[in-house]
Amino acid sequence: MSDIPAPKVNRWPYLIPLAVVLVLAGLFGKRLLDVEQGKDPSLIPTVLENTPMPAFDLTPLPGRGDALRSEDLKGQVTLVNFWGSWCVACVAEHPMLLEIARSGVVKIQGVAWRDEPDASLAWLARHGDPFDKVGQDPRSHAAIGFGVVAAPESFVIDKQGVIRYKEPGIITREKWQATIKPLIERLKSEPLTK
Amino acid sequence: MFTELGHFALALAMVVALIQASVPLIGAQRNNAAWMAVAKPAALMQFALVALSFAALTHAFLVSDFSVLGVYQNSHTAKPLLYKISGVWGNHEGSLLLWVTILAVFGAAVAAFGANLPPALRARALAVQGMISVGFLAFILFSSNPFLRVIPAPGQGQGLNPLLQDPGLAVHPPMLYMGYVGFSMAFSFAVAALIDGRVDAAWARWVRPWTLAAWAFLTLGIGLGSWWSYYTLGWGGWWVWDPVENASFMPWLTGTALLHSAIVVEKREALKSWTILLAIITFSLSLLGTFLVRSGVLTSVHAFAADPTRGIFILALLGLAIGGSLTLYAIRAPQLDGGGAFAPISREGGLLINNLLLTTAAATVLLGTLYPLVTEALEIGKISVGRPYFDGVFIPLMVPLVALLGVGPLLSWKRADLQGALGRLKIAGALAVVGAGATMAIAGVSLVALGAALGFTLALWLAVASLMEWGGRIRFGREGALARLINLPRSAHGMTLAHFGMAVLIAGVTASSAWKQEAIQVMKPGETMDIAGYTMTFKGAVPQQGPNYSAAHATIEVSKGGRPLATLHPELRTYVQPPMQTTFTSIHTNFFSDLYAALGEAQGEDGEYVTRFYYQPLLPFIWYGVILMVLGGFMSLTDRRLRVGAPRRAATKDVDVSDAAPQPAE
Amino acid sequence: MKWSTIFLASLLATAAVAVEPSEMLKDPALEARAREVSKHLRCVQCQNETIDESNAEIARDMRLLVRERITAGDSNDAIMAYMTSRYGDYVRLQPRFMPVTYLLWFGPAVVLLLGAWAASRRMGRRYKEPSALSAEEQSALAAADDRQEGGRA
Repeated sequence: MSDIPAPKVNRWPYLIPLAVVLVLAGLFGKRLLDVEQGKDPSLIPTVLENTPMPAFDLTPLPGRGDALRSEDLKGQVTLVNFWGSWCVACVAEHPMLLEIARSGVVKIQGVAWRDEPDASLAWLARHGDPFDKVGQDPRSHAAIGFGVVAAPESFVIDKQGVIRYKEPGIITREKWQATIKPLIERLKSEPLTK
Repeated sequence: MFTELGHFALALAMVVALIQASVPLIGAQRNNAAWMAVAKPAALMQFALVALSFAALTHAFLVSDFSVLGVYQNSHTAKPLLYKISGVWGNHEGSLLLWVTILAVFGAAVAAFGANLPPALRARALAVQGMISVGFLAFILFSSNPFLRVIPAPGQGQGLNPLLQDPGLAVHPPMLYMGYVGFSMAFSFAVAALIDGRVDAAWARWVRPWTLAAWAFLTLGIGLGSWWSYYTLGWGGWWVWDPVENASFMPWLTGTALLHSAIVVEKREALKSWTILLAIITFSLSLLGTFLVRSGVLTSVHAFAADPTRGIFILALLGLAIGGSLTLYAIRAPQLDGGGAFAPISREGGLLINNLLLTTAAATVLLGTLYPLVTEALEIGKISVGRPYFDGVFIPLMVPLVALLGVGPLLSWKRADLQGALGRLKIAGALAVVGAGATMAIAGVSLVALGAALGFTLALWLAVASLMEWGGRIRFGREGALARLINLPRSAHGMTLAHFGMAVLIAGVTASSAWKQEAIQVMKPGETMDIAGYTMTFKGAVPQQGPNYSAAHATIEVSKGGRPLATLHPELRTYVQPPMQTTFTSIHTNFFSDLYAALGEAQGEDGEYVTRFYYQPLLPFIWYGVILMVLGGFMSLTDRRLRVGAPRRAATKDVDVSDAAPQPAE
Repeated sequence: MKWSTIFLASLLATAAVAVEPSEMLKDPALEARAREVSKHLRCVQCQNETIDESNAEIARDMRLLVRERITAGDSNDAIMAYMTSRYGDYVRLQPRFMPVTYLLWFGPAVVLLLGAWAASRRMGRRYKEPSALSAEEQSALAAADDRQEGGRA
């Protein structure tokens, strides 16, 4: 057998499995680091940044002012907040909203999402009312339009009615100071274009 | 006290594993018999220690020792005995201990029954087992210790989740782990062979029983999981391509390929590097599965509590084990002798295509499962891959595979006569076509009917072809067939059983998917609803009190053609601790099809309720198919020729006596 | 065949078809379309279920929205497009065919072809139909046989 020359073997294909595994390991590692840094894998990033907000016309809470309409929001910078009396995290967020409303930096429009009007009113009476207007969204039409997944979620809308930022959770003081307030200030200084 | 002993035993086991991982390996390299001989006592001792540790944890659960953190979090004095025991592995830490215990069991088995293995191979294989043990024991001891204490010991446990108290759910993990971890043995043998630089027919024979056992258990484990999901989720689904389901399915696919590929190595000493690669990949996929559910990398309802730090530890473990073995493969595999030549149309060729299709299927499932992760890690988008993708890509791969499965066993080695083989299967082909025609005739012409026809064609083809092949072997109908049947090696019976089981499974899947019926409506007491020819009469729901729940207990009478058949009692339960609402489904089966009833919410004040009825034809065939496959696997396992560990007996016609003495260097 | 009743009591965390009769459309064809579309949309809250299966409130509202749009005359594709525009590709259970997913869709075929290529190399390279031996080879064979004969006891 020994005088038959051994066939020349191409070694490269044998490295393919290892190469695939190394690439995967790298990706897993990156993903784990992301998760450790707090990027929640279940978070769905918004695709609506820099798109016009959906049109909506929501009935107000009984005895509490006018309807909340997307048309009316154009012309100034707005913060839209989705909440509900059933939402536990909203209670935690609420003091911050009250502070923002008091500061006068921006008007907050509330959307009572999947809520009973009486329950919403009672909740506001109990926890405070930071909202300029409140619209009812019992069947999530507005929520789905904004790509809302859970409450609370807030959106910064510029003078043109374009969604500029989505806050997918509670607005904390840190987030307000670091990101949201500076953005709102900057948007306020932008001129209104037709 | 016993618990502390268990904890200590675990630590000791790790030390022993370290010895097992190093000494025999060095001994094999240096041809030092004494050092190689350390493998057996080390493996046995490791088993004893790990088993003791497992026993200690189980004991803690049984006596409800809430000073142990794991027991506190996962158990409760009111839990029935079975669920106290299953609670041991129903959590991350305990399940890992089970994993390591089974690893030790397989190691000890090879140590105890592998007397006929060449010492070097046994030493190396056990050393590799030892290395895996070290990795997992380290992981358990340093980051997932089930023996951590709670001080002061609480009076009662937290683990009374009713969802976890289910017999199917209790048994599913051990079966699954027997499969996953069983493939570690094939892995260890493969790595040992790579270190040795030699793979031959004898190696394939030694590996076979371990691979068969692992495969059979994995099939059973997956089947149990599906079955549990079917009767628990209550809407007739049994497979949703969830990441965790996929994690168990991928090693099954490559494990099946491994099983078949090893036959070629055994019979013809060919496809060696494929087989070795499959052994490594199958266990790697098992490890990957373990990683996916514990690391928080994927969202899944099935996942254990996600913890990225643990995730990094496991990733490192995986990197070492898989990366190391594949590096060894890249270095050593090219030197493996290519083995006997064969024509494309031959049994080897058929098995090679079988390998190819199964591996591609596994790669496809892997791609679909990991793709969302990939796009997110690379920050190019967040997409999701669901059922439509998997069904769409997996099924086309399976169609040629099943077609091949029918004719494969009839192909001869080296060079086969395809015409001849197909000719012998004319009846199978004819029946398959008739089946297709009948399906279309009954169901009309539509996409669904076409799909169903294809499914039945394949199922009939495979079923009849398997039976014909078997019948041909025993020369059914001729004189002495019974004697031939008894004398036929068990693995031949096993093969036929398993392939036939696959056909039964396909029939079940096809019928239940194509012709599932559903009826959702609000019913008043006394109202009837017809589904699939059955009349369901809603007799109302009465409130009932359970130990920790209140329920609406409904009665539904099933009749067909006026004849009463059965009574179903679905329930809607509201639990107090933890507060949740669950639905109790009620299934009625005649072993050919299943009829379900589930109760929804109450509507209005007149005792009206939402009711859901489902009818699934041939669904039980899925379970029958799985059982047949598992039986086939176990039957093959009892084949006399696999008793390589048994003492040598006088050579008989069909026993291959392997030469166990160490071969002199070539 | 004798009927035997098996009561498989089981506990459900979610009624994994969550569609309520009150949601369902009157027209069976439209309702069937609605179910079909729902099975292709992922629930954004209970992320491992379709909106057809999920008990989540938002899933219910999405189901209702799907039905509203079907009744209003939108095509299945239009509804999927709307949901995708709001939530991104994540809501689609079947990924679209776009550059990001080329690998996903072509992958299986690529793997299959690669494997087939490797397999064909394996099969083709080694096996050749045995050809007749040349005269030289025949005499060499005969000589080898003689040697073997002589060597055997």
